[in-house]
Amino acid sequence: MLRFVVSRLAQAVPVMFLIATATFFMVRLAPGDPFADEKRIPEEILANLRATYGLDQPLAVQYGRYMRNLLRGDLGPSYKYTGRSVNEIISQSFPVSLELGLEALVLALLLGLPAGLVAALRRNSAWDYLPMATAMAGICLPAFVLGPLLALVFGIWLGWFHPMGWNVASDRVLPALTLGLYYAAYIARLTRAGMIEILSQDFVRTARAKGLPEHVVVLKHALTGGIQPVLSFLGPAIAGLLTGSFIVETVFFVPGLGRFFVNAAFNRDYTLVMGTVLFYAALIIVLNLAVDVVQAWLNPRAREAMG
Amino acid sequence: MLLDVDNLRTYFHSRHGTVRAVDGVSFSLGAGETLGVVGESGCGKSVMCMSLLGLIPQPPGRIESGRARFGGVDLLACSASELRAVRGCRISMVFQDPMTSLNPYLRVSTQVVEPLLYHKGLSQPAALEQAIAALDAVGIPDAARRIHAYPYEFSGGMRQRVMIAMALVTRPEILIADEPTTALDVTVQAQILERVRTMQRELGTAMILVTHDLGVVAGVCDRILVMYAGRIVESGTVRAVFGTPAHPYTAALQKSIPALHRKGDPLYTIGGQPPDLRREIAGCAFAERCEFAVECCQRPVELRPLTAEHWTACTRRLAGDITLPGAGTTSR
Ligand SMILES: Nc1ncnc2c1ncn2[C@@H]1O[C@H](COP(=O)(O)OP(=O)(O)OP(=O)(O)O)[C@@H](O)[C@H]1O
Ligand SMILES: [Mg+2]
Repeated sequence: MLRFVVSRLAQAVPVMFLIATATFFMVRLAPGDPFADEKRIPEEILANLRATYGLDQPLAVQYGRYMRNLLRGDLGPSYKYTGRSVNEIISQSFPVSLELGLEALVLALLLGLPAGLVAALRRNSAWDYLPMATAMAGICLPAFVLGPLLALVFGIWLGWFHPMGWNVASDRVLPALTLGLYYAAYIARLTRAGMIEILSQDFVRTARAKGLPEHVVVLKHALTGGIQPVLSFLGPAIAGLLTGSFIVETVFFVPGLGRFFVNAAFNRDYTLVMGTVLFYAALIIVLNLAVDVVQAWLNPRAREAMG
Repeated sequence: MLLDVDNLRTYFHSRHGTVRAVDGVSFSLGAGETLGVVGESGCGKSVMCMSLLGLIPQPPGRIESGRARFGGVDLLACSASELRAVRGCRISMVFQDPMTSLNPYLRVSTQVVEPLLYHKGLSQPAALEQAIAALDAVGIPDAARRIHAYPYEFSGGMRQRVMIAMALVTRPEILIADEPTTALDVTVQAQILERVRTMQRELGTAMILVTHDLGVVAGVCDRILVMYAGRIVESGTVRAVFGTPAHPYTAALQKSIPALHRKGDPLYTIGGQPPDLRREIAGCAFAERCEFAVECCQRPVELRPLTAEHWTACTRRLAGDITLPGAGTTSR
């Protein structure tokens, strides 16, 4: 198992290198530069600013310097948030995104797993059709529609929550709901399909033939196999929840990494864009690895194969 | 009688019509008795067995009629919890395919102790001890260690032994074995059947043995049911049925056993196809493939006694119109 983890991490090194290189050149291909839109800055001060950050150097030199710093784990200074390093910004804002993502994930699992399970057990009944139709709607509705809608209904009309902000505990509800509903819907559908598939397997019939109570048949014999699709989806889901929250964060004014990322892209804050992309990439790699390990742990055969 | 099945009908309803998989089957099983069930693939043997334990997927399946009296309860009409108390405790079942019948996610130990935990109320250690003994009895070497392995670590033959051990661990009154050895190679087949026989004798368990192998039936069974298109066409003691077959289908089945052929003779096969079970068949289902069929075979037929221990559904044989060649008792 340890060998498997180490080899997967080793494979990640060239991947990270490629991502760093590609984003480095891509952000620079975009028109404009970090200081272009500042109004009325005298030419000499602009030149001075560029020189300070090394932007007057040839691209190859800039690239070499960036990669050297990157090897030391230094993502450089932000061009826009003067005096703050990218490392600092990430370490301050990511915990907020993490909290939001985890709350959304818990919500998605709490809603999605039972809904899918019940739908599979009560197939072709109202217990099946109603949650599944809702799930389909949940998958189709984008966050930038759902978010404002929830803010309007529960924030402004009903006044149950603040329509935006991130100050008191109840401020977590609407953003987490907006972010989590899509995943809840997806998890419900995956759970249903997985359980239906497993419940028709011969070994479930064997469990029934043994005279086990139905809840034991479902929860002990069928569930492990039935939620495999959900487990495989959990890696991408967590990555998506942690990295895909920028719309939700922007809609609800949540001070998370996603909002910094969006702003950085608008401002051509090269180092902050790159730093965020690299951070997200590393996160996705680690999460996928974690899911593979968990899945192997649940599946005896794969566990053996990993050694 | 230990088990009395009367007029069992199991149909599958689909958009393409109703499949009459089991269509009016009646038989009984005495304590400790071994009943063989033979018939071509698709004639409803598995569906019949699974109907008795309520294991038919519903929908599309439905038990249309019938009674199965077992110790004061009707298995086809009793409550879910009454049925659960019988399943895996007083009546156990071993399925056709050992490769898919064990749960791949759970250790063998977890699966084999379950009947003891749920039916006998044993503690985990006591159940484990009995489970190891059961694996040992079906010939799994090093059972005390192997029981903690996962199913994928076992070969097909070993998995079927596990299934048999799991079925017999509660000392059931009836074991339903649905082609327990069809998926295995010949030498393993013989070993496993021998084990089952030994254990059956020790425990006094009655057995319904579904098989394609008439040789096995002759060697192992007391009585036999010959099924065709969801119905029983002939039944009786093995000696009577094999010695003097009383249905043209049984005679044809017997003729198609390779072992009974002289070398060089062409292998006999029954001409034509089994009927489509979606079609309602009023008369004898075998008539269209039968060399003796005449007009009266289109009229409704039912299983009737020829002697006390030999029944047939062939109208012409019952009337004494035809005599069928007996192949002599096949034994190995
Ligand atoms: N779930 C199902 N849905 C629809 N039809 C079914 C279903 N299960 C079985 N059948 C039909 O019931 C009939 C009897 O099937 P069954 O499995 O009992 O045959 P069998 O005698 O056991 O054959 P084999 O020797 O190949 O095991 C078949 O025609 C089959 O198509
Ligand atoms: Mg079968």
